[in-house]
Amino acid sequence: MPDGTLAGRPAPAGVAAAGAGRDAHPLVVRNLVKRYGAGRPEVLKGISLSFEPRGVVAIIGPSGTGKSTFIRCINRLVEPTSGEIRFMGRDIVSLGRQELRLVRRRIGMVFQEYNLVERLSVMENVLCGRLGYVPAWRAWLRRYPQADVEQAFDLLDMVGLGDFVHQRADSLSGGQRQRVGIARAVMQDPDLLLADEPTSSLDPKTSVEIMELLARVAEQRHVPVLVNIHDVTLARRFAGRIVGMSEGRVVYDGPPDGLEDEHLRAIYGGEDWLS
Amino acid sequence: MTGAVLHDRIWRRFTPAERLARFAAYLAIVAAFVASLRTVEVIPEFLYDAPEQMADLLNRMWPADLAYYPAGVHAALVETLHIATLGTLFSIVLAVPVALLSARNITRSAALNWLGKLVLVSSRSVNSLVWALLFVAVFGPGALAGTLAIAFRSVGFVGKLLAEALEEAAPGPVEALRAAGAPPASVLLKGFWPQVQPAFWSVALFRWDINVRESAVLGLVGAGGIGLVLNSAMDLFQWDRVATALIAIFAVVIAAEVLVTQIRKRIL
Repeated sequence: MPDGTLAGRPAPAGVAAAGAGRDAHPLVVRNLVKRYGAGRPEVLKGISLSFEPRGVVAIIGPSGTGKSTFIRCINRLVEPTSGEIRFMGRDIVSLGRQELRLVRRRIGMVFQEYNLVERLSVMENVLCGRLGYVPAWRAWLRRYPQADVEQAFDLLDMVGLGDFVHQRADSLSGGQRQRVGIARAVMQDPDLLLADEPTSSLDPKTSVEIMELLARVAEQRHVPVLVNIHDVTLARRFAGRIVGMSEGRVVYDGPPDGLEDEHLRAIYGGEDWLS
Repeated sequence: MTGAVLHDRIWRRFTPAERLARFAAYLAIVAAFVASLRTVEVIPEFLYDAPEQMADLLNRMWPADLAYYPAGVHAALVETLHIATLGTLFSIVLAVPVALLSARNITRSAALNWLGKLVLVSSRSVNSLVWALLFVAVFGPGALAGTLAIAFRSVGFVGKLLAEALEEAAPGPVEALRAAGAPPASVLLKGFWPQVQPAFWSVALFRWDINVRESAVLGLVGAGGIGLVLNSAMDLFQWDRVATALIAIFAVVIAAEVLVTQIRKRIL
């Protein structure tokens, strides 16, 4: 690693050796490699990181550097080529379909393009977060358990969309849609929240509001949030830890204060843009 | 030097090879037209007196025997509508699983996709009348044979369009539900269904509209409906009754068209 890894951070290998790491590190990634197809270049060249049970971690880096691939490997929306991803003590990479589905219920995800079901109402989109727990026939007949419905109302109040419950998702603005997306992810009652460029399609003011909301979820619900973001200022402002990636490798891992211009040069290349 | 530059600046839409290919294609179309004309063997004498024959036929048809409608046409017309409606419903029940099988973003097996497409193509490659002949032979003449003929012909149509709608569904929401740990049935119901719903209703209504028209001729081969009335009236040279049946079919087709347009406006 060229620079940046701080001495204070425990090495991932040591954590995994210490057992399940259930309390100390809910998510431990070791030597993660991804290439799209045999003979294609490696997008991730052996990523090893471990994550604390709380706080916001921002992954920064230029586009095409593997940030999104990394975050999608964690819930296996993208299949890792090799390596190990331990989540709550289990290796996600080796899980069968059914087990993977059960583990995915505990990992919420927020997307750049919101990925709401456009023709369903706000309420039903939030309730979609419970689909992993609710039998299909109940979802079909819209007979969600009352506890879920009440939690959905609470979450919509929390994200400030209490008045939009019955509106269709396609009638909302980008910021409102992302709030629904966050409510849906929290509805899963997750142990980990992944956010893949949650602010890239939003204006600067809304971006700040969305990051505030994610930080609030992390703090109040004690859910660790792992967020991909290319906006360094936003990352510095809201994350307790920053991981800088460049060309499929981690080139910085440490607190926002430690992120210097030389690190940014290593992450993004060049230097004219820094002045 | 300048000559080369000038040469580079000449622009043609097609290369010489392409132009030759296009000319060959036009030539083939003309040749095919001439060849088919020769095969059809138009008999000039029949062609010349066609207007006379046409006038004579219309003369025999007019005035239409409207008094025959309550006694001979009405029941057959209602049966035609029943054949079309039941056939469409039945075809939807059959088409949904086949569409799920052939949609590549749902069934991730090339062999199964291929199987689904094969079923859909075989359904479409056989005309309703041929299906009707087949089912009349199996179940005997009547509305059942007609209903099955309509259903089996429509499976290919409904299934193909539904499979295409499924394949065009946005992958994002589906991915989001999978990421939340939703089981496959829930992904279908909450991820795909809301997205294909407008296309589904539109296809079902359109097919019903087509089936009303198709079931009107099924009687010609004994598969029930108003075609039976039409056939027997023609055999007996009762052209005024033929006219009544044709007017009834025309009215129903117009009514179906209006109805479908109205419903589509409401649900889309």
